[in-house]
Amino acid sequence: MSKIAVSTSVNGDAAEFLCDPGETLLDALRDSLGLTGSKEGCGSGDCGACTVMLDGAMVCACLVFAAEAEGRKITTIEGVADGSVLHPVQRQFLEHAALQCGFCTPGFIVAAKALLEVNASPSEEEIRYWLAGNLCRCTGYDKIVRAVSAAAAEMRQERVTS
Amino acid sequence: MNAPENQRVFSPSQFKVIGTRPVRPDGIDKVTGKAVYGPDFKLAGMLHGATVRSPHAHARIVAIDASKALALPGVKAVVTGADFLAQKSEEVSNGEGEGNLKYIALGCMAQEKVLFVGHAVAAIAATSRPIADAAAALVEVTYEVLPHVIDIMDAVADGAPLLHEDMFTSGVDPKPEKPSNAAMCFTLARGDAGVAMAGAAVTVGGRFTTPPVHQGYLEPQACVATWNADGQGQMWCSSQGQFDVRNYTAGILHMPVSDLRVYPLEIGGGFGGKTTVYLEPVAMLLSRKSGRPVRLSMSREEVFCASGPAPGSVIDVKLGADGEGNFVALEMEFWSHAGAFPGSATHSSAMTALGAYRTENAHVRGWDVCSNIPSTHAYRAPGAPPIAFALEACVDDVARQLGMDAIDLRLKNACRPGDPGPMRIPHGAIGYVECLEAAKAHPHWSAPLGPNQGRGIAGAFWGNYGGPSTAAVALGADGSVMVTTGNPDIGGSRASMAIMAAETLGVPYESVRVSIADTASLGYSMLTGGSRTTFATGKAVVEACRKIIATLSERAAHLFGVAAGEVEWRDGAAHCLAGDRSGESLSIAAVSGKFMQFSGAVSAEATVNPQDYLPGFTVQICDAEVDPETGHISIARYTAIQDVGRAIHPDYVEGQLQGGAVQGIGWALNEAYIYDSQGRMENAGFLDYRMPVCSDLPMIDTVLVEKPNPAHPYGVKGVGESPIVTPLAAVANAVCDATGMRFHDLPLSPDRVWSALQAAG
Repeated sequence: MSKIAVSTSVNGDAAEFLCDPGETLLDALRDSLGLTGSKEGCGSGDCGACTVMLDGAMVCACLVFAAEAEGRKITTIEGVADGSVLHPVQRQFLEHAALQCGFCTPGFIVAAKALLEVNASPSEEEIRYWLAGNLCRCTGYDKIVRAVSAAAAEMRQERVTS
Repeated sequence: MNAPENQRVFSPSQFKVIGTRPVRPDGIDKVTGKAVYGPDFKLAGMLHGATVRSPHAHARIVAIDASKALALPGVKAVVTGADFLAQKSEEVSNGEGEGNLKYIALGCMAQEKVLFVGHAVAAIAATSRPIADAAAALVEVTYEVLPHVIDIMDAVADGAPLLHEDMFTSGVDPKPEKPSNAAMCFTLARGDAGVAMAGAAVTVGGRFTTPPVHQGYLEPQACVATWNADGQGQMWCSSQGQFDVRNYTAGILHMPVSDLRVYPLEIGGGFGGKTTVYLEPVAMLLSRKSGRPVRLSMSREEVFCASGPAPGSVIDVKLGADGEGNFVALEMEFWSHAGAFPGSATHSSAMTALGAYRTENAHVRGWDVCSNIPSTHAYRAPGAPPIAFALEACVDDVARQLGMDAIDLRLKNACRPGDPGPMRIPHGAIGYVECLEAAKAHPHWSAPLGPNQGRGIAGAFWGNYGGPSTAAVALGADGSVMVTTGNPDIGGSRASMAIMAAETLGVPYESVRVSIADTASLGYSMLTGGSRTTFATGKAVVEACRKIIATLSERAAHLFGVAAGEVEWRDGAAHCLAGDRSGESLSIAAVSGKFMQFSGAVSAEATVNPQDYLPGFTVQICDAEVDPETGHISIARYTAIQDVGRAIHPDYVEGQLQGGAVQGIGWALNEAYIYDSQGRMENAGFLDYRMPVCSDLPMIDTVLVEKPNPAHPYGVKGVGESPIVTPLAAVANAVCDATGMRFHDLPLSPDRVWSALQAAG
């Protein structure tokens, strides 16, 4: 079976890879492009550890065919920080100890950043429902909710002062 | 937020760094996707493995024909049970319970019989994963299917299919004449429970059941192995302990331990589930045969079906009290799911029954029962949560019958320092009473309840562990500090090690960096488990730092020109106490930078094996709301209180309490292995094996009670496991309060609760 050539954009840079027709975007990101920050916890779209942005929409990369990336714009966890400057969500995850093992963290951070782009001051309930597609087995979610709430406050403050 | 800021009950700190909340040293790598976990690692020329697994719950392997698989282009090696050398019975211990190399090897690859659906029978290494998968489908295995048994009580019934024809129950007298699926019977007895029970004013009890549940770590198992023709091998994998992975793998492969070097990768959760090997010996054999590095990994379905879940259990319990509420007798008999091979945690289960309360007369007996499910394994406080579920229900029922407050009854019976522990050794500086008092004082305990809500409380004992650890500390010429331990960082231990080193040396937290050694770079450290790392490995780090201080003080004395005893180490500097230079000081950098004048660099190693750990005690309060129309239970409020000795990094200690509580809430409400009539797991994925998600939960309030362990330099008691012991009981007691009905079987799923509510009218 011949491979499919895909031209896409990942974290603002042009990227090209060859993939099998049945290959997932997650496998292409991890194996062909070396972006192993997106994790495979389940392979069935139930854990959210592979959450990435595809043309501005939050998706599980394990549920997207690699070939579907053709001509699209993808943002992964590796593209969340601005160079070496952490995004407020990343900073607040560290400040609030919102990770223990850290395996689910990339998916949570991509999802939380997406939330704050559409809702600048989410309630606790809104945070909890937005993140309900991301499994964390270590934290019980308490510190994650606090971190996202703090990141929202930090970003609102930035908007006021900038 | 529905919970106040998390609280601490403690004396004012005399410390500078202990008890602060700095950012963890490995933090940036973990929020930017740079951290390398088990499935992320690759080597040049690496082959990809796939495993052929049994579709039958119990069958004899008649023949394996891999010729078609080997003929597929790109396939480089096939391994079956025939490639494993004969393995004799050999007990191994790792702090999360005991194992046996013979059974660990059989769990990696079946010999003669398959014992559960998912049992490995062959493995392939090929140039790509799709080729390996295609080849796995071409391996022809001929089975003679045998009758199987899943349920615990079915497995010990007369005429049950036998998993191990040569297994006779140990721990019973006289020795049985017939083989049985019951591997072992373990009894703890004191006083005369029968006589005391007959004299009790109140007796409560019943049969309680809990299903097998999975640890649910998000990272599936994965490893990369290379094993050369000269016998030397290397392995990269995530695990709770690289040294134990090395020892088990080398033992199974009959290698000298020094021929295998295991590099720890970041670990994506373990909870006891990554304290053994499943893939590693197989990957080694594939590499030896192919001459190439081999990656072998599990899918989520394989994790559910082929790694060890926590045992299910059946518990018969009876608790007797006098008219004032003093417990006079406890009788308990339980049967625990060992799965394919013996070794469920019957000892720690039995200890849980006797650790928390003064009970002079008790008879506790546990059975370790094999059946055709994966070999069960450690899960956070192995064996304890189901026992606490049964026992704490009884405690609540005694309070209800006597009209006593649930906390007052527990306070009346709670073990105090000096009371006999479960093995009759007197308890040390334990803090159960302080936890109960903190619960009573907490606003949650007296807050009003909403409609259809009930409040439950539960307390528990967990033994914790110590065990061997090695740590090395070295100084740079600039005085910066490098700490090396042998324990994978599963939830912030780099931070806690750095804090303890900084406190001991009197230097800033940021000047201490912590690495986790591979097995060739440091002496043995028992795995990260048994709530032992901050306690035992922390002791090793502090001891190594004290050696560093001794060296620095000696060298500073020489530099000051005074006797060795005339220098004091304080605030990260050597202070001269005598002579012309009295009152002067030399910083850590000033002393360590002069290493060329002395016998080389400043470094030290310490090896410890502390047995003076103390148990953890926990009390949790749960508000549950029961929907009368659907039977759905939601958790409205939750508070976790625990004696932690002293919190080194309070954020990560609170995180242990919160995470353990939520895992236990999942165990209580949703989680269960469900089997069909053929012994196949019906819910081997996160959609149908429903772990708690963010929207299922409230904030988890915590109270850290600090009653220091005098045997640890900073008072640490293990914290990781205790928090999961109580939630099953706390949730069930809350549901009992809400409905007036005692549920004896977990999980408290909507169908079960709704049916009971309907039946009660």
